[in-house]
Amino acid sequence: MDNTAPGDPNFFNEMQTGGQVRAPYAGLESWSRDMPVELRSLKQSEAEALFRRIGITFAVYGEGGDPDRLIPFDMFPRVFAFDEWRRLERGIKQRARALNAFLCDVYGRGEIVRAGRMPARLVYLNEAYEKAVVGIRPPRDVYSHIVGIDLVRTGPDEFFVLEDNCRTPSGVSYMLENREIMMRMFPQLFQQNRIAPVETYPGALKRTLASVAPRKCEGEPKVVILTPGHFNSAYYEHTFLADQMGLELVEGQDLFVDGDFCWMKTTQGPQKVDVIYRRLDDAFLDPLCFRPDSMLGVPGLMNVYRSGGVALASAPGAGVADDKAIYTYVPEMIRFYLGEEPILNNVPTWQCARADDCAYVLEHLAELVVKEVHGSGGYGMLVGPASTSSQIEAFRAKIAEDPDNYIAQPTLALSTCPTFVDSGIAPRHVDLRPYCLVGREIELVPGGLTRVALTEGSLVVNSSQGGGVKDTWVLAE
Amino acid sequence: MLSRTAENLFWIGRFIERAETRARLLQVGARNALMPNIGGGYRNEWESILASSGTATAFAEKYGDVVQRNVESHMFFDNDNPHSVASCITAARENGRIVRTALTGQVWDALNTAFQEMREMQRTERSQISLHDMTDWTMRIAAQVRGALAVSQLRNDGYRFIHLGFDVERADSTARLLDVKYYVLLPGVSYVGSGLDNFQWTTLLRSLSSYRSFGWAYGGEITAQKIAHFLILNPKCPRSLLTCILSASDHLDALARAYDRTSEAQTQVRGQLAELAEASVEDIFDEGLHEFLTRFIQQTAELSQAIHRSYLTGRTA
Repeated sequence: MDNTAPGDPNFFNEMQTGGQVRAPYAGLESWSRDMPVELRSLKQSEAEALFRRIGITFAVYGEGGDPDRLIPFDMFPRVFAFDEWRRLERGIKQRARALNAFLCDVYGRGEIVRAGRMPARLVYLNEAYEKAVVGIRPPRDVYSHIVGIDLVRTGPDEFFVLEDNCRTPSGVSYMLENREIMMRMFPQLFQQNRIAPVETYPGALKRTLASVAPRKCEGEPKVVILTPGHFNSAYYEHTFLADQMGLELVEGQDLFVDGDFCWMKTTQGPQKVDVIYRRLDDAFLDPLCFRPDSMLGVPGLMNVYRSGGVALASAPGAGVADDKAIYTYVPEMIRFYLGEEPILNNVPTWQCARADDCAYVLEHLAELVVKEVHGSGGYGMLVGPASTSSQIEAFRAKIAEDPDNYIAQPTLALSTCPTFVDSGIAPRHVDLRPYCLVGREIELVPGGLTRVALTEGSLVVNSSQGGGVKDTWVLAE
Repeated sequence: MLSRTAENLFWIGRFIERAETRARLLQVGARNALMPNIGGGYRNEWESILASSGTATAFAEKYGDVVQRNVESHMFFDNDNPHSVASCITAARENGRIVRTALTGQVWDALNTAFQEMREMQRTERSQISLHDMTDWTMRIAAQVRGALAVSQLRNDGYRFIHLGFDVERADSTARLLDVKYYVLLPGVSYVGSGLDNFQWTTLLRSLSSYRSFGWAYGGEITAQKIAHFLILNPKCPRSLLTCILSASDHLDALARAYDRTSEAQTQVRGQLAELAEASVEDIFDEGLHEFLTRFIQQTAELSQAIHRSYLTGRTA
């Protein structure tokens, strides 16, 4: 078995280029080469048993089957050198700052639109633009407190931002648990390689949340996590974070509004709540303000929020910044608000809403990736090179019908990372989601969630589409 | 503590205890089925078991024939029966999953392992699993949960709520097990004191894992009076009604101290405790054992509701 096969030369292999093992992976070469097949399968089933016992499972809506499905975990780590990471870090923080400045602006004076740098229609007629929060300034002017930025790599120095997640990006529990499990199974790897720890994340998140306490809060703020409930696919993550931060995990039914504040129902009577880290969509937060049929929210919550009685993280309305149509303008935001040049590039994007772009897209469907503007999770997208002509024709009809709803991007040559597969070790495509925290300070834990497309040749890494996860290392200086 | 969290903890206790009761009932049924059927009363010992678990109607609709295998399916494996061992284990684990942060890793592990093993058993060929495997397994996992709680759980309010769940459910189930034996199993008063009767009482004690303890505590002949005393009024018997109510009272007092306020539930439990402390076996038999037990079951249900009103609605300080 040739376990260091570089694979298709059209893709950047993160472990080796031109027959040479790249420096960050040097510590993994002999480890993977010398591991007997039996040990590997033993470790793999050990990892799976650990995940199942801890209860880290993932349910996919509407798919039926095993409700306690595991996301496949690949033991081969993905590695960044210190210098590579330093540049990413600067780029990610820059982007998180610009996105928050944008949110503050478009719910305030809208300077970017007045200056003619962004079309008004795109912002104010956007489905994700939340009219109910116009004029509200959240504590510290932060709308998105956890910014998940999805990145792909196409070469040694080429990184592209695929999309921003400004609402409630999920998956951070995997970043932490993948590390725990790797440390448990391969302690020697951590002795031989200097790997920056990620375990500071829960503490940093707690600090961030406490730092955005609302105006009316006096003393130590009471922070809680609001979950849609235990049927939610990310419920494990909600309990995990509550546990790691030592915070109460509440559902809408545990909270109520009385007077100027929001309270939770406890065995000792009502207790005031100051900051809510909500893992619930805007639409469900408050039936009196948003969807009237929501049973998951807290009636009257938005009134308390408006009058500075409670802080919400992320702030309602943050979704407009991670809209796929807005995405194109993020480099422009960085220039406009920060006066800097973007450190991380966007993927070139065609907006089907523009007639020229749309014509180009329809002509080149077979080479492009087409996405719905509001879609997520890898659903409702077309990967041109991997689709049959009838699939392409079906998509063409959909675009022609509602061009505003689609954007298109070139098919990126996603980098690959060695991955354990049935036949040994083979390159598989990966992406990266780091989690940037924005409060009094902007913090980024050195690491993130690496998702891997386990099917040979596949470029779709979403867990709902057969993707797996890897531990992500940043080597210390 | 969140009221909902307290409620989930309370129900973890109840469901684990309830799973154990189902297994004990199955044991009683299996031993009783080995006994000759005389007297022309109940056709089949299993029917009384179903009656006591309160699911006879649902059973008849789904299974029809009251034979051991069907009863096993119904009381152990059936996810449609909300009181089956499988349902109780699933519910206990689900309640645990909701409040994972309020449990130690070890307690969660015990609950989750029970659930995973149950799913494994449900996939196993039925001929591979005997009734004793099922009942022994249930007792073992219940013991694991209790053990994990005892050695790892913080003695805070959450601990009290889980134990209140155990106490309330156990008080209810001991009363029901006694009631089956006395009221349903015996078609006529003439059997009291007969050899048949003794065999049934022995089975009851065995199913409560109390046969040997009973011998230590009383010695001599097994009589209805002694058994009633043992299972109702003896504070040394871990499953007696008095023990359960005493323990519930202790936990409610601990909560009142921790929260610095008395509760309606305390008043309720003290009423029950006072009555049991003063009662004698003669009083109980004078009232009628069945009548006494029915009243006790009713009082215990009221205690459960009082706990709910005092702590689990979260609105009243």
